Amino acid sequence: MTRSTTRNALIALAALVVLLALPHLGGGEKLADYIIFAAAWGLLATGLNLLIGYTGLISFGHAMFFASGAYSFGAIMQAQIMPVPLAIVAALIITGAIAALIGAICVRLSEIYFAFLTLAFQMFFHSILLSWVDVTGGDNGLLGGIPTPVFFGVDLNQPEHLYAFCVTVTVLAMYLMHRIVSSPFGFTLRMIRDNERRAIFLGVNVFAVKLTCFVLSAVFSSVGGIILALFISGAYPDFAFWTTSGEAIFMVMLGGLTNFFGPILGALILTGLNDIVVTYTDHYGLFLGGIILLFSLGLRKGVLDFVKPGGRKSTPAQPTADAKEATHADA
Amino acid sequence: MEPAALLDCLTSLSCVVTQTTSGLIIGMLFFLVAAGLTLIFGVLGIVNFAHGAFYMVGAYLAYSAYQVTGSYLVAVLAGGFGAAILGVLFERFAIRRVYGENVLLQLLVCYGFVLVADDLVQIIWGSEYLSMGMPQAFRLPPVFIAGGIVPPFYIFIITVAAVFAAVLWFIIERTQYGRIIRATAVNPTMVSALGIPTPLIYLSVFALGMFLAGMAGGLAAPIRALTPGMGFSVLIVSFVVTVIGGMGSVTGALVASILIGLVRSYGSIGFPLFVDGLMYVMMGLVLVLKPNGLLGRQEASRP
Repeated sequence: MTRSTTRNALIALAALVVLLALPHLGGGEKLADYIIFAAAWGLLATGLNLLIGYTGLISFGHAMFFASGAYSFGAIMQAQIMPVPLAIVAALIITGAIAALIGAICVRLSEIYFAFLTLAFQMFFHSILLSWVDVTGGDNGLLGGIPTPVFFGVDLNQPEHLYAFCVTVTVLAMYLMHRIVSSPFGFTLRMIRDNERRAIFLGVNVFAVKLTCFVLSAVFSSVGGIILALFISGAYPDFAFWTTSGEAIFMVMLGGLTNFFGPILGALILTGLNDIVVTYTDHYGLFLGGIILLFSLGLRKGVLDFVKPGGRKSTPAQPTADAKEATHADA
Repeated sequence: MEPAALLDCLTSLSCVVTQTTSGLIIGMLFFLVAAGLTLIFGVLGIVNFAHGAFYMVGAYLAYSAYQVTGSYLVAVLAGGFGAAILGVLFERFAIRRVYGENVLLQLLVCYGFVLVADDLVQIIWGSEYLSMGMPQAFRLPPVFIAGGIVPPFYIFIITVAAVFAAVLWFIIERTQYGRIIRATAVNPTMVSALGIPTPLIYLSVFALGMFLAGMAGGLAAPIRALTPGMGFSVLIVSFVVTVIGGMGSVTGALVASILIGLVRSYGSIGFPLFVDGLMYVMMGLVLVLKPNGLLGRQEASRP
C-alpha cells in the first residue's frame, strides 16, 4: 500500500511538472487557457463522479456547489477581508456546510428521487443567486472583477502565476480524490453502490458514509468553481443553472464513469469541442443535444469504460462495465 | 415577507375569491402536466425529464395554429396532438431503447432531447418572448363573485382541466384499457404473457402523457409568455407535484397540484420572494414525514 501511495504521489508530481512545462513547449497562452478551463470543469466532473460512479447516487444539482464555490470565493475577495488561500478555505467550508444541509435531506432517497431533489435544490439555489442582489449581483453576477492581492510572492494577476496556481490546485485535488477512492472509505462507497443491503448487514452506517461522500464531492466540485472564478475573474448565475449540471453529468458519462480519469477526459473532450463549435455556430444546444443523443442511444459507454481495468492492484479496482450494468438492472 | 398582507387578504372575501381562482388555475394547469409525468413513471418506470419540452412545443404549436386559423379550439388541439405525435416519435426512437437501463442513461437521453428541442424552437420561432393574446371569445368583462374579480377565461381553463381530470380517472379506473395500464404498472411480464402487446401500451401511455402536456401548453398560451426553455420551470414544479402527491398516483397529482397552486397564489401575497422556497419546503416536509407522497404507492427510500 505504502509503495503504491508513493508511486501515485510521484505520478501526480510528474503530471504537475509536465502540465507546468506544457505552455512553454509551444501552444502558449491559448493552450494554457484551455487547460485551466478544462481543469475547472474536470474537477466538477470528477467530484461529481465520486457520487455517480463510486456511490451510485446521481446528483443533478452539482452546479450549485460549483457556483457556491465561485460565488463565496468571489464575494469574499471583493469584500477584501482575507488573503486568497484563506478565502479558498472559507469558500470550501461554506460549500461543505450547504452540502451537509442538502445532503442530509437527499441521501436517504433512492436514485430518481435523489436526482430530482438535488435538481430542485439547485433551482432554488439559482433563484437565490438571482434575487439576493446585494451579495450576488443578481442577473449580472459578480461584476467588477475579483481582486487577488499577492500572497507568498504569488501574483494571480499574471497569467503565468495564475496558470501555475490553477494547475497545482487541480493536481492536488485530483491526487486527494484518488487517495479517497483507493482508501477503505472508497471501497465502502463501491460496496454501497453494488449492494447497499449487504453494506448495512456488515454494520456500515450507510447514511453517514453517503453524506460524507456527498459533502466531499460537493467540496471538490466547488474547487472547480473557484478556479473558474479566478480564471474569468467573476461569477455568473449560469454556473448554477441546470444545464451546467447536465453538462457535468455528460462529461462523466462521455469519459467513462468506471474509470477515475474518465470524467476529466470527458471534460477535456467537451471543452475542446465547445471551443470549436462556438466559433462556427450559435446553436450550441442543437449540437450538444445531438451529440448527447447519439452517445446515449448509440455508444452508451464512455471512452475509458472500454478500457478494462487490468490485474494491477494499484489502479482503482472498478467492476467492469458489464458487471456495473448488471447491478443497475438488479436495482 | 408580508404576513400582515396575507392576513388582510384572508379576512376579505373578495381577495380570497381572487386568490383561490388564480391558485386553482395554476394548479389545474400543473395537474395536466404532472398527470402525464406521474402516469408515465407509474407505468413505464421512467421519469420523463423531457416532459417540459413537450409543454413548450404544445404552446408554440398552439401559437402558430392560432395565428393561422384564429380558432383557439384548433390551437389547443394542435398543441395536444402535435405534442402527442412528437411523443410517439420520441418514445419509438429514443425512450424505447433505454427501458430498464440505468437511470443515468435515461436522464441523458431526455437531457439531449431538451437541448435539441429548445434550440429548434428558437430557430423556428425566434428567441423573443411571444404572446398569443386572449382569444376573441374570451374578451368578456370579468365576473364578480362576492366582490372578487374572476376572468371568464380562468373559469373556462379550470373547467376544461377538471373535465380532463374526470375523463382520465374514468379511463384509468373504469375501462378495459385502464385495467391493462394498471396491470402493466404492476407486472408487465404477466401482462405480455396474457397476449397483450406491452410495447404498444407503453407507447400509448407515453403519447397520452405528451398529449396532456401539449394541451396544457396550448391552454396556457394566452396567459403565459412563450419563450424557448419555458418548459423547464414547469417540469420542476410538476416534479414537485408528483413527489408531494406520490409518484405514480394520478389522484395524488390532482390533490398536490391544487395544493401547490394555492400555496403559490397565497404565498405571492404573504412571501413574494419566497414562493419557490415555500414549495421546496413543502416537498422537503412531505419527503421527511411521508416519503411515498400523500397518496403514493412507490417506494421513495430504499431499504
